[in-house]
Amino acid sequence: MFDKNFINKLREQFPILHQQVYNQPLVYFDNAATNQKPLRVINVLSNYYCTINSNIHRGVHYLSQQATSAFEESRKSVQQFINARHAHEIIFTRGTTESINLVASSFSKKYLSKGDSIVISAMEHHSNIVPWQMACEATEAQLKVIPIDQSGTLMMDAYEKLLDANCKLVAVTHVSNTLGTINDIKTIIEIAHRHNIPVLIDGAQAVSHIKVDVQQLDCDFYCFSAHKMYAPMGIGVMYGKEKILEELPPYQGGGEMIKNVTFEKTTYNELPFKFEAGTPNVGDALALKEAIAFMNELGLGQINAWEHELLDYATQKLLEIEGVKIYGTAQQKTSVISFLLGNIHPYDAGIILDKLGIAVRTGHHCTQPLMDFFRIPGTIRVSLAVYNTREEIDALIKALLTVKTMFG
Amino acid sequence: METYTERTLTIINEFGLFTDWMDKYNFIIEMGKTMPLIDAKYKTDTYLISGCQSQVWLFAEYTGGKVCFSADSDAIITKGIVNILIRALSGLTASEIIEADMAFIDRIGLREHLSPTRSNGLNSMIKQMKLYALVFKTKYETNK
Ligand SMILES: Cc1ncc(COP(=O)(O)O)c(C=O)c1O
Repeated sequence: MFDKNFINKLREQFPILHQQVYNQPLVYFDNAATNQKPLRVINVLSNYYCTINSNIHRGVHYLSQQATSAFEESRKSVQQFINARHAHEIIFTRGTTESINLVASSFSKKYLSKGDSIVISAMEHHSNIVPWQMACEATEAQLKVIPIDQSGTLMMDAYEKLLDANCKLVAVTHVSNTLGTINDIKTIIEIAHRHNIPVLIDGAQAVSHIKVDVQQLDCDFYCFSAHKMYAPMGIGVMYGKEKILEELPPYQGGGEMIKNVTFEKTTYNELPFKFEAGTPNVGDALALKEAIAFMNELGLGQINAWEHELLDYATQKLLEIEGVKIYGTAQQKTSVISFLLGNIHPYDAGIILDKLGIAVRTGHHCTQPLMDFFRIPGTIRVSLAVYNTREEIDALIKALLTVKTMFG
Repeated sequence: METYTERTLTIINEFGLFTDWMDKYNFIIEMGKTMPLIDAKYKTDTYLISGCQSQVWLFAEYTGGKVCFSADSDAIITKGIVNILIRALSGLTASEIIEADMAFIDRIGLREHLSPTRSNGLNSMIKQMKLYALVFKTKYETNK
């Protein structure tokens, strides 16, 4: 399916890719930070503002009805995308960060107290560390960390030992943004549930690469950002099981989330609105639905197969360069490669790669504890998406050889 | 002793020789290698300018009315850039440093290193150097 013709056609849908930076053709390999948007997604966004923009759930007028039903259709498309049981289990947020903060705040208000603990892993993004640290600080609870081995794989024996009677929640990432490791979250969830502990999954790096089925996984919360799945920035999702969402207190107060307000008492709206205070991001929700359609039409299986072909090719080519060390060599990986080139500082390499038109991420990738574990200041991270090509990988390799001579 | 303006003109002329970005960066890398290095005993968190990408240690001394800088970084390009600043500012009086306008950075095409994503590049360095100058000036040069 992914022959040259197909990729060229596909790339035509991504206007941003066809440009030169510093007189070099752009090679965009920073897809784990945010990936690019196809025209059809951009068009939905601009169409929304050209045709039906209005505030939802409140107006009786035509536009408001149109926008409201389009917004709720988007919710349904997310529901189907991750196979949630109910549409009202899909809460729209600003992104993964807000989703996790929402759970950390509401969950800890109700369930966390002194002496309790929250279990996270050593490979978490700061977004899945700091909100829990804040919750723990506020309640005098403890944060415990599942260790990893040198390949960047979670140590499952150690994990189960952390699940004592004080543990109130497990929060782990589905896929590591730095290493690409795909965690065996099915097992992680099963083990936690055996101890009656709910599990939150940070799905930011998973949803555009692997099929997620929240019912099959049986996770209690699943959080992700639209901008990492070919949709705009500014919208994301917090999936939560109906039962647990009903028990949780609201996160923010305001319009939309209420049923009745008097100065004495407010009763809260039902799900999902209880967690969606204020005017939601309607336009981006519509664009997210389009991005989901885009991925479904390609097929996540096909996307994944192509990305793996690229991953294998890039890994092999990189390892042919003397001095390359790859961080993150787990059995199950997405198309993310973190590496260092001899003892060249990642920042130095990043600056030269940039000048050669190659966009990679350098630094700690918001996973400082992970860098401390490997005792390195950071890495060069190449993250591949469906529109990337072998030729682009060749360009990267050539550029890395230039970097090597410059700092050699 | 060259004035600040003379110094920056020299640097601008050096950079004027390069038509190619790669020559320019090779030169910056070379500059990184000739940096007046910070004494190992000052390479501690106290002298660390924190940012996200590379680490920079900067030390300043006040001797004979002049402020002298030494530094180090774990990234060579950063080191080269810091050395350019040191060549421009080190050994001037505190007032000269405080008043130095840094427009020459633009003229040598390193403006991008002022951007917030490169926060450990020039901006925080310049701020820190000027801050040192200000502290010395307040401490040694007021009410005398
Ligand atoms: C694993 C992981 N979690 C959380 C986040 C935070 O996502 P956002 O910044 O979109 O809220 C990211 C984004 O970099 C991520 O990669």
